[in-house]
Amino acid sequence: MRALASRGWLTLLQKELLRFWKVSFQTIAAPVLTAVLYLLIFSHVLESRVSVFGGQVRYTTFLVPGLVMMSVLQNSFANASSSLIQSKITGNLIFVLLPPLSPLDLYGAYVVGAMVRGLVVGLGVFIVTAVLSAEPLPVAHPVWALAFAVLGSGILGTLGIIAGIWADKFDALAAFQNFLIMPLTFLSGVFYSIHSLPPFWQSLSHFNPFFYMIDGFRYGFFGLSDVAPLHSLALVASAAVVLAAFALLILARGWKLRH
Amino acid sequence: MTFAVEVVGAARRFGSVQALAGVDLAVARGEFFGLLGPNGAGKTTLISILAGLVRADRGTARVLGHDVVRDYRAARRALGVVPQELVFDPFFTVRETLRIQSGYFGLRANDAWIDELLHHLDLTAKADANMRALSGGMKRRVLVGQALVHKPPVIVLDEPTAGVDVELRQSLWAFIRKLNRDGHTIILTTHYLEEAEALCGRIAMMKSGRIVALDTTQNLLSRFAGVTVRVSAARLPAGWDTRLLRREGNVHYVGIADYGELEHLLAAMRVDGIAIDELALAETDLEQVFLRIMAGTETTDDTRPVVIVPEA
Repeated sequence: MRALASRGWLTLLQKELLRFWKVSFQTIAAPVLTAVLYLLIFSHVLESRVSVFGGQVRYTTFLVPGLVMMSVLQNSFANASSSLIQSKITGNLIFVLLPPLSPLDLYGAYVVGAMVRGLVVGLGVFIVTAVLSAEPLPVAHPVWALAFAVLGSGILGTLGIIAGIWADKFDALAAFQNFLIMPLTFLSGVFYSIHSLPPFWQSLSHFNPFFYMIDGFRYGFFGLSDVAPLHSLALVASAAVVLAAFALLILARGWKLRH
Repeated sequence: MTFAVEVVGAARRFGSVQALAGVDLAVARGEFFGLLGPNGAGKTTLISILAGLVRADRGTARVLGHDVVRDYRAARRALGVVPQELVFDPFFTVRETLRIQSGYFGLRANDAWIDELLHHLDLTAKADANMRALSGGMKRRVLVGQALVHKPPVIVLDEPTAGVDVELRQSLWAFIRKLNRDGHTIILTTHYLEEAEALCGRIAMMKSGRIVALDTTQNLLSRFAGVTVRVSAARLPAGWDTRLLRREGNVHYVGIADYGELEHLLAAMRVDGIAIDELALAETDLEQVFLRIMAGTETTDDTRPVVIVPEA
């Protein structure tokens, strides 16, 4: 019985992967290009003006992991949220509500689908920037980098599920994305080290959960971080667990999905 | 005996609307069952409760003995639903759509049955076409295919032939009949009453969230045996308003018990000086039964349908 159900979630996962793969120009190539444009512009303008980690790391090199992680986060969120809201608005969500898929099946398929999309785009940004950049990017602790990438994509995928279920219109989802996800991402230290900020903004950054994801991810490359990586990992992992529990709860209750 | 579908005291309110007001219904295995009623009668709410899309405020629903809430996996596996809305996933082809739906039920290597479904639904030539490229009738047939892809013993069709042309409707019904002969229980809601009359062994009629009539199709037809008079006139004579089934402008549909009563009607019109522009008669069919039941006053008892029929 259980084996049958678990095959069901794999099909939903496969569908989620096919969905973004069929429009990969928009879902993979476009965000990679955006990240590369950020890199070209910011590195050109700021390379000689910004000093990070006490001058131990060149700004352009510092920027690359930030852009990779930003791409991972934004695309994980976009995948789950857009898949759900499209299915809700077009009505075809009924196809996953009628089969014997459990809340865990639904959560697992949507979140893993979102993580794969985020990680694929992140890998794309990593490869393209590695080819373009003059200085090779060091990878001090790959396991740490991977752990933060996986957890970060899982958190944003989960937020995408929650937002996709909550939003009744594309407009509401866009508000969630533009007024919450984007500011938190941009103000998380993608483009700068928080040590370069005035003390007030520096301490405010510590309340931004995205900051820990990016700082921890960067530690995986340089072995340097603004906050102790274990501290970041604990916070990020806790956030992942709490959000996953919340998403499972609303799925089990059928909130906004089953009347 | 385990019923294909068993609903006990199901009630559901949406805001101020009592969509279902306590419905009891048992459908035996192998039945071809019709669920009729005007828009807003509660048919789709009842089906949605069976499918787990809507939760009842009170009451229970079972599919092949499996509670749709507590034992939802088994209940959903036993049930195939053709939804009323014409929905599709624009990312996929017809075959992909059916394979994916099959996979949700845990069935991976299901291509032989999918091919058979495509054949019966006249979609073989469109198997590799994107869903967006299909006509409305074709999309409707893909929905039927999706509902049948896991070979459910109980099949619910919510208005399955809306927008499907006559020829394809016939072939679709031939296929559904075959499934019924093979032992599948069929529950059908439709606006085409002649379809229900031709296909269903038993029919429940719903109104305002209640079942107001429940009987074999044959009994319903004989219970309401009579004649409907279609008369174009400015008004009906005094005392005949209670016999009025429906009115469209000047056209009155009047239910009478037999041809003898026609004489009384014509005499009353003559006495009242009402000019008749046109007159036609029709024997009772399910549509007449339906109109008579819907014209009756609402029931007050949750369980016992009360139908007001004009006295002959």
